[in-house]
Amino acid sequence: MADGVKPRVKAPAKAAAGEAVVLKTLISHVMESGQRKNKDGSLIPRSIINRFTCEFNGTMVVDVEMHPAISTNPYFEFEAVIPATGELKFTWYDDDGSVYNDAKMVTVG
Amino acid sequence: MELNRRETLALGLGAAAIVALPVRFAAAATGDEMIAAFTGGAAVAEGGVTITAPEIAENGNTVPVAVASENAVSIMVLAMGNPTPGVATFNFGEGAGAHSASTRMRLAGTQDVVAIAKMADGSFARAAATVKVTIGGCGG
Repeated sequence: MADGVKPRVKAPAKAAAGEAVVLKTLISHVMESGQRKNKDGSLIPRSIINRFTCEFNGTMVVDVEMHPAISTNPYFEFEAVIPATGELKFTWYDDDGSVYNDAKMVTVG
Repeated sequence: MELNRRETLALGLGAAAIVALPVRFAAAATGDEMIAAFTGGAAVAEGGVTITAPEIAENGNTVPVAVASENAVSIMVLAMGNPTPGVATFNFGEGAGAHSASTRMRLAGTQDVVAIAKMADGSFARAAATVKVTIGGCGG
């Protein structure tokens, strides 16, 4: 697991039924592109988060495939439809096999 | 100096390899190839997808980019001038609201950023935006 990885998610606590809410996610990660070089001229190996998914009660909202051109501390903003009270699950998949999770409850009513 | 058949053949092969190598290297990771892999060689129409990126980015390390397309099932974003052009592919699921997303990307220099959207009916759409980068973001 890479150091200092901390997922952050901004989601509303309440929503109207069927409303599309805006979700913002940020995860602190160096996202080493594999293009940079050390002081001694050797390449720093690639180490990025290569996939991000968001699900609501098991329904896929968005599945993002990430490449080295994504910035340090990858940020995503997208919309999800909230049909009923439930849980938003956010998952990040690291190149090194680590998986980072976060979840947010959204209440309808 | 007399060349026999074997030497002549070896020379020819060597020369061919030298000519072919740079071409193959360039082709291995070009944006055009990634587009072809994404679309499967299908025709790509202009419009139907929007890409929003700043005209001038002072810092190539974090350039905000937003893509949107009403009927898209997935949208691929490519930075055509980067050493590795892939930025991200957004696959929208059933729970997605508006089919739009935004993120931040690295750009190595001034270049075109391209979005290719795969529509629900299987067609493809394309949009591009030129971003001027004052400081590149790929190190090296």
